[in-house]
Amino acid sequence: MTTLTTDNLIIEIPGRAPGSPLNLEVKPGQVWGVLGPNGVGKTTLLHTLAGLRAPRSGGVLLDGRALESLKRKAVSQRLGLVFQDRQDGFPATVLETALIGRHPWLSSWQMESGEDIAIAERALQALDVGHLRDRLVSTLSGGERQRVAIATLMTQAPDIWLLDEPSNHLDLHHQVAVMRLLCEQAEAGRAVFMCLHDLNLAARWCDHLLLMFPSGEACWGPAREMLVPSALESLYNQTLVTVEADGAPVFVPVRS
Amino acid sequence: MPVSDIFRPLAILALVALTAMLVSVSVGSADLGPGDTLSVLTGGGSELHRTLILDLRLPRTLSAFATGGLLAMAGALMQVLLRNPLADPYVLGLSGGAAVGALLAMLAGAAGFLISGSAFAGAMLATLLVFGLAHGSGSWTPSRLLLTGVVVAAGWGAMITLILAMSPASRLPGMLYWLMGDLSHAGQSWPGLTVLVVVCLLVFPLGRSLNVLARGSLQAAALGVSVRSLEWLIYLLASLLTATAVTMAGAVGFVGLVVPHMLRLALGNDQRMILPACALAGGALLVLADTLARVVIAPEQLPVGVITALIGVPTFLYLLYRSR
Repeated sequence: MTTLTTDNLIIEIPGRAPGSPLNLEVKPGQVWGVLGPNGVGKTTLLHTLAGLRAPRSGGVLLDGRALESLKRKAVSQRLGLVFQDRQDGFPATVLETALIGRHPWLSSWQMESGEDIAIAERALQALDVGHLRDRLVSTLSGGERQRVAIATLMTQAPDIWLLDEPSNHLDLHHQVAVMRLLCEQAEAGRAVFMCLHDLNLAARWCDHLLLMFPSGEACWGPAREMLVPSALESLYNQTLVTVEADGAPVFVPVRS
Repeated sequence: MPVSDIFRPLAILALVALTAMLVSVSVGSADLGPGDTLSVLTGGGSELHRTLILDLRLPRTLSAFATGGLLAMAGALMQVLLRNPLADPYVLGLSGGAAVGALLAMLAGAAGFLISGSAFAGAMLATLLVFGLAHGSGSWTPSRLLLTGVVVAAGWGAMITLILAMSPASRLPGMLYWLMGDLSHAGQSWPGLTVLVVVCLLVFPLGRSLNVLARGSLQAAALGVSVRSLEWLIYLLASLLTATAVTMAGAVGFVGLVVPHMLRLALGNDQRMILPACALAGGALLVLADTLARVVIAPEQLPVGVITALIGVPTFLYLLYRSR
């Protein structure tokens, strides 16, 4: 199991003041949510944590070793990412798409074995898209594609799961199903770190939160400590009403 | 994908390619029966038949096979590199550079090897020019590479027109045949066949990485692919393939665009299957096209590029119409 830490990390957003450096420690078993308004750099942060983008300063470490000192393939065995946007220029079936998650685990000359296919099929079943396995991805709905993307990450089976808006396009039932699945993965010893638009999903399912403010400031910690209405109001520049429902706080924007 | 799923289509295509080559060496000004052809190929046959097949037809058939295979594989690689199914081997202006090289050599009165060498030099120059310009300030995206290539190709096009306008009328037919693609001066086939086999072996272990790259460079990087070096490598390989083909036969159009597409419609998009399948199917297509080019208006010969387009266009449109 792997711990992801950041050492005085400042992400690179052109023309932005550096703000506060991030010193996160994402441990096995934790479910992190990243909250912040549009354009604050949530996606950039995820890409930086995955080593796809260089930070302005500071560094990202996997189990204490700098990300850039590790081989890309070794990184991708331990850390995976669900993107917000996906490219499908060439036709591919749902099963083929999930199977690319096995790429980090196979050598150049190896073909996908029956076991790899079984892993991919189990992941598709877990996300309720097993019945679509032979369909072309380009013919699926947005929510179905989102679930195929999460199934691809599950097929990759890294210790650290980074997800960019995993609840996008999902209907209410599948939002809950996906959140439950992510929490189960964390209980099994993985670490989940995701950007979310929905404050209430974060309040309900995440045990740690990172709040990113437009000024570049940030604060993070256990969810209970972070869910302070005044902080959330300044985060989104929006007045909120807080109610308690089903054992968790629910934040509702006021109408006027 | 199980190995048997890859080898069955490849075995069928290999059989098709072999049949195409047998037909090609049998057909021509003097038609030979399949029995005569086989006896020559197995070491027998009359002196006349041996000369006809082994010295005249077989080299040209092998050249046609190599050219078609090279172009189809180059097209498939370019399509993955640019994440654009409309890319072909010439999309980045490589054939333009080769054409300017070849036409300048013809204008200067050179022949044979000098034309080929000049074409190869022009193709490599075009490759380096586009890559250097697109690479310029660091980040290059497929769309930037594509746009650079298209603009540079337009520049080559203008130079070709200029050379044609300045050339004496007696040289024009040869130049036009070269521009349309023509195998009658193909020369030795072994350099082309060697490049084809070597690149086939080189790209097979890269196949799965290419499958991942086709999903976008970020996704590929997140799955452990070193995107930058892989893109460099496939650009250089595709350029080498195209330059070799253009050197042998001029700018034969259409094979590099259509063959990868037809195969994707039929076989899916696993590069480990598509790339060797392109080598076989592209080769077979060009062998058949060249056979037709030799016999349709015999004893005159057509440039093979005309035939590839005439066969390729309706076949491609039919497949496209039938697919989902």
